[in-house]
Amino acid sequence: MKTLADLRAIKEKAKQDMASREKTAKYRIIVSMGTCGIAAGARATMSAIIDELNKRNIKDAIVTQTGCLGYCDQEPMIQISQASKQTITYGKVTPEIAREIINGHVVNDKVLTNYVFNLS
Amino acid sequence: MHRIHILIAMDAHTIAQGAHSVKDELQRELSLAALTDEVRVVETGSLGIYNKGVVLVVFPDAVYYAGVKVEDVSEIISEHLIKGRIVERLQYADIPETKEEEGKAPRFGKQVRVVLKNAGIIDPDNIEEYIAHDGYEAMGKALTEMKPEDVINTVKESGLQGRGGAFFPTGMKWEFAAREKSEEKYIICNADEGEPGTFKDRLILEGDPHAVIEGMALTGYAVGANKGFVYIRGEYKMSINRMQKAIDQAREHGLLGKNIFNSSFSFDLEIREGAGAYICGEETALIESIEGKRGEPRDKPPFPPSVGLWGKPTIVNNVETLANLPQIISKGAAWYKSNGTEKSPGTKVFTMVGNIKNPGLIEVPMGITLREIIYEVGQGIPDGKGFLLAQMGGTTGGILTSEHLDLPMTVENLREIGAGLGSGALLVVDDSQDVVDLVKNFVEFFNHESCGKCTLCREGTGRLLELLEKLTDGRGELKDVDLIEDLAKVMMKGAFCGLGQAAPVPILGCLRYFRGEFEKYVKKPQVAQAAVA
Amino acid sequence: MQDLGKVDEIVKSYKETKTPLIYILKDVQKEFGCLSDKILTRVAKTTKIPLSEIYGVATFYSLFTTVKKGKYIIRCCNNAPCHVKGSKEVLDRIKEYLGLEMNETTPDNLFTLEFTSCLGLCAVAPVMMINDEVYGNLTPEKAVAILKDYKMKGQANA
Repeated sequence: MKTLADLRAIKEKAKQDMASREKTAKYRIIVSMGTCGIAAGARATMSAIIDELNKRNIKDAIVTQTGCLGYCDQEPMIQISQASKQTITYGKVTPEIAREIINGHVVNDKVLTNYVFNLS
Repeated sequence: MHRIHILIAMDAHTIAQGAHSVKDELQRELSLAALTDEVRVVETGSLGIYNKGVVLVVFPDAVYYAGVKVEDVSEIISEHLIKGRIVERLQYADIPETKEEEGKAPRFGKQVRVVLKNAGIIDPDNIEEYIAHDGYEAMGKALTEMKPEDVINTVKESGLQGRGGAFFPTGMKWEFAAREKSEEKYIICNADEGEPGTFKDRLILEGDPHAVIEGMALTGYAVGANKGFVYIRGEYKMSINRMQKAIDQAREHGLLGKNIFNSSFSFDLEIREGAGAYICGEETALIESIEGKRGEPRDKPPFPPSVGLWGKPTIVNNVETLANLPQIISKGAAWYKSNGTEKSPGTKVFTMVGNIKNPGLIEVPMGITLREIIYEVGQGIPDGKGFLLAQMGGTTGGILTSEHLDLPMTVENLREIGAGLGSGALLVVDDSQDVVDLVKNFVEFFNHESCGKCTLCREGTGRLLELLEKLTDGRGELKDVDLIEDLAKVMMKGAFCGLGQAAPVPILGCLRYFRGEFEKYVKKPQVAQAAVA
Repeated sequence: MQDLGKVDEIVKSYKETKTPLIYILKDVQKEFGCLSDKILTRVAKTTKIPLSEIYGVATFYSLFTTVKKGKYIIRCCNNAPCHVKGSKEVLDRIKEYLGLEMNETTPDNLFTLEFTSCLGLCAVAPVMMINDEVYGNLTPEKAVAILKDYKMKGQANA
């Protein structure tokens, strides 16, 4: 990278990539993978999500990671975002709950309100 | 430089009510009006106004608009931005700090996320996501449009104070180093976060490492340094890994290395791991540790900006301080000062721990009260217990009791009552806890972490622990309580560095407010012993 | 027999790094398990740093050890935020389960029990760290269950 224009070009491309990612993948599942999340069991939750998606042969969902949001007591946390819809945040997601969320939210398109962590 | 900044609130409420479309429209209209060089649209977290639709603030006038629809955008631009007339029908006069929605316990609501704007949002292992969220714009701006002294002046004007705990004005520290004539200068990021209860730096390093890299590069440019070190404590494995990955990616993109943005400025970073020593959070001890020695503090003066790492001028800044810098440079000093109070500008990251319903981490404007943090953001104390005390700033922090619940948390207010904001860790203690046992826990910590260099701290912490054990074992006498107080006071005056000087703070605080609890152990040893067992 | 030639290799690998002693000691400890007198003497010889200075550094930092420790190092936090959330009860149960006091190692060399400085996981307190893994929201029962897993794993690999 040599100029500001180069930076802006990368920025535009990254934005487009992110947007097209949202389009091709209907669901984006974001797992909080900070140390606090991991201490609370995020790795097992992440594996359960990937396993459940594979088992059900779901192709239009991608799993990514992020840092901690600051609500460490709610870890493991996952966020499910969909283009044009509000991102839903779930708290205290054990591997079992993660499987339930995949079945309910991703397969049947229903928000599992009892596990939702309300940010506001 | 942008003349006007428009902050648009992007939180769950406003997004649901169309904030994204309003932002797109703003940007479209601004480019139609050829105002993009003068006006900048900035996404921000919640502005604390709920159920009022999309919310905007126009700076520097600080005019709030609520319920903004896509069709209102052109009017705001033509009236307010071009003609300078406020669009009164959309103006929102009820400023959020004084606004309290009924029945709401706003966990996110009171928060203003500046430092944590990307934390929990972006993938920290992917530099492109950081760039997509305006990352490295500030560095580009500084290197292509600003002189080093402009960068220093902007930071000075913003009033940014060091977030490691001492709250020293960052711009002033930089000036000292910038003035030094030296071939070599160094920037150090102090990520030796060890103050019990504090994890803000870990969260920033794990969640948004590029913000720290960008902040360090800006610091390097401002003071004329080409090399930086990120000193991360050895226990923070994930922070070390994430930071290393981020540094590698920044190098690949030419954002670290030689002649960044075609300028004459070159800058590179190296991680140095700590090996487990609380004292290395003290900046001169940290420097000793990078030099491969025991982490014992140096005599001051000379201070590191004149004589630091390997004898060269060195700036040591905390992670949170550095993470503030990119946005100060890109949005300007006035924007930064729009949060917080006059003497304590900006936001502060607090970690809430201990006996609290919602422990975790929040970023709020300076000046929030203890009551708001504990009872609103933290949602109170669990299991129906009452509030006994809070300790602000980690284990060396001052003691606050119920009489301080409504005191606005600013550097100056806390200083007045002999406490401090410190690292921003807030330990909440419920009324089922034993104060003397807690003080003993503090002293065990200091005794373990004292580096041994000076007698007052090395011996003082040991003798304090003996006296406290004597009390809790039921062998104590009334004069032991006085002795604890005396010894603590002497340490405060005579210890060599911050550790020994600050260790007495919580002890004296607990003695001031809860002396009776100490004396109880003397008067009724049998009861006290039962409590201990 | 320890191959002290490894020490020289490690020292050499840091020739581009300025004042790398702490990194050298970290790598050497990883290789040999601890920083014994013999090993430190070799480090001194290769780096040409006085042994007294190296010994000073090796005994200053808590992540360095001059004696061999167990396969799994359990580091329990007992700082104030963990303390008010019941870390003492957790620690007492761990001590009872392993039959250890602080800084001791089990006879089978599987576990060493130590305190850690604050790990910054106070929102999921009480916490402990076993080697590089962290565990939060501990109760005495949960801690013992985690240790049982390690015990099985350790004995299976023995």
